[in-house]
Amino acid sequence: MSTQALIYLFVGISFALYIGIAIWTRAGSTKEFYVAGGGVNPIVNGMATAADWMSAASFISMAGLIAFMGYDGSVYLMGWTGGYVMLALLLAPYLRKFGQFTVPDFIGTRYYSKLARTVAVICLIFISFTYIAGQMRGVGIVFSRFLDVDVTLGVIIGMAIVFVYAVLGGMKGITYTQVAQYCVLIFAYLVPAIFISLLITGNPIPQLGLGSEVNDGSGMYVLQKLDESLQMMGFGAYTDGSKSMIDVFCITAALMIGTAGLPHVIVRFFTVPKASDARKSAGWALIFIALLYTTAPAVAAFARINFNETVNNTAYTEAPAWFTNWERNKLIAWVDKNDDGVMQVAKGDAFAGAPEFTGETGPLGQQLLSNEVVADNANEVYVDKDIMVLANPEIANLPGWVIALVAAGGLAAALSTAAGLLLVISTAVSHDLLKSTFKPDISEKSELLAARAAATAAIFVAGWLGIYPPGWVAQVVAFAFGLAAASLFPAIFMGIFSKRMNREGAIAGMIVGLVFTFGYIFYFKLVADPAFNVADNWLFGISPEGIGVVGMILNFIVAIVVAKMTAPPPVEIDHLVESIRVPRGAGEAHAH
Amino acid sequence: MSDENPNTGSAGAYWKENIRLLITLMVIWFVVSFGAGILFRDFLDQFMIGGFPLGFWFAQQGSIYVFIALIFYYTAKMKAIERKYDLDD
Repeated sequence: MSTQALIYLFVGISFALYIGIAIWTRAGSTKEFYVAGGGVNPIVNGMATAADWMSAASFISMAGLIAFMGYDGSVYLMGWTGGYVMLALLLAPYLRKFGQFTVPDFIGTRYYSKLARTVAVICLIFISFTYIAGQMRGVGIVFSRFLDVDVTLGVIIGMAIVFVYAVLGGMKGITYTQVAQYCVLIFAYLVPAIFISLLITGNPIPQLGLGSEVNDGSGMYVLQKLDESLQMMGFGAYTDGSKSMIDVFCITAALMIGTAGLPHVIVRFFTVPKASDARKSAGWALIFIALLYTTAPAVAAFARINFNETVNNTAYTEAPAWFTNWERNKLIAWVDKNDDGVMQVAKGDAFAGAPEFTGETGPLGQQLLSNEVVADNANEVYVDKDIMVLANPEIANLPGWVIALVAAGGLAAALSTAAGLLLVISTAVSHDLLKSTFKPDISEKSELLAARAAATAAIFVAGWLGIYPPGWVAQVVAFAFGLAAASLFPAIFMGIFSKRMNREGAIAGMIVGLVFTFGYIFYFKLVADPAFNVADNWLFGISPEGIGVVGMILNFIVAIVVAKMTAPPPVEIDHLVESIRVPRGAGEAHAH
Repeated sequence: MSDENPNTGSAGAYWKENIRLLITLMVIWFVVSFGAGILFRDFLDQFMIGGFPLGFWFAQQGSIYVFIALIFYYTAKMKAIERKYDLDD
């Protein structure tokens, strides 16, 4: 069977599986729609959380980013895992004990204020839409790269699949589909990783291979060899970064705290039966996430070594097969600056922007480009970082079914995250805005209908953002984490750990954190000239990606000062906080 | 992170013990990631474990393993504390 046919087969089987699960587990009540009935086994929930959490970016892009960032890539590895410690220790068990359906529910009730709830809803919708646009785009890209369909058609197919299982199944359907999606995506990630580890080091375990000697008889360690070859090519050492320490510190912190404040992650812990299960479930989620996150840096280093060895100083006519395969998809391109027929890799851009092929081929068969060549460096090769994961099966000479598996895995990663985000958006609209704010007497049946209608509307908006991505989508992913860290996290944290925190303090804190972080990112990413977005102009040398930490500190300071100057919360809130703090009695809490 | 009006009885004692445990574990959390992986990385990189400079290992592998251990330790320890005060769920 041809690779293309295998890809259709694998993707088709995985889609049929997701839809089958959705029909089998469809939601019949709002409780099932919002929190899967609140009875999900903690290990199952951990697996669903891992799929929910690991997006197209984790699956397709992260290893490539690390391959080109070296040590600096650690910000993603620590930042996107360390947040689970905060979730398990500081937030999840208490929010589960509180026992309602959403994050705005908690903030609105704890701060006895519809305004606080509305501010939380605004933060939530903004964070979630920023995130989901990227997922839909990811679906479209996987379709276009592996299945030769247009990005637009790819997004529409993705929308249709998510529509079936998110609208029909709600949280209950999503949970069990995410479990299946986790299995698909982790298998698809590990198989090529194991083989490429064997190829480079002879060790089948990538995490150990990264610390082993290279298989070429040189007796050098992987990282040592990578440092040496990169320095010879004029790059910095792989194990050294180029970001300043304060920036690495702040980006890591913003990603960690942002993770702990992301509504679609938090809400997953509302689905387990007990408060203690929320802790356990966060631990399992991190184990399932760590399987991919400790493999990614190994894949990154192996792929970079392989890239340096097989591409740099190789004649184009001798280029590996994957090079020419992915050249057709514009993920890689070569411009022969010095007319020697040999590909030179060096620091700097080979040409301006993404490749634009003229449609003609050069004397050696390479695609010719209409881009303006950057003449002040010797680099001749353009690489899209995604290739480090996508081309792995070919680099390791794996059979066609592994390539098909990677396609299904990338789709699973994008769809599972999109579904989780759609659910929190629709819940925010039907539960927090409609039921809790505008129409408290709405019947259960109408609320469920409203939730499904909101999910449908959200799918169309997300699809539209995926088909016509506004330029800012790629620019503002930092928004989601920075805003979550600066707005929702402090409000939830103080709601649990400080009885004295009141309505005025929490609202003032959230608004200050939100406005400051939003303003800083907006200014540097969208208003200022890109040349101005450099460390010298940043506050304390902190990049927009890391500024959420400063926003969070401002939030805490403002909230504490304002709370000191205003009346303490009423006595019922005192009792509420006391009851959240002890685990006993969470079972009944869903019955409000 | 403290309470202005401390609780009384077993719930209060339970909460104090929880906070003490939380502080200890969050300090470890900070030390392995921000400490070993970022602030003291240059110093630690002079030591090697296998082919890894130690600071680099903490930043890209070790901190994640410690995170997992922290959560499961907390889960087990809290179960014991909750039983002790008869507040388990």
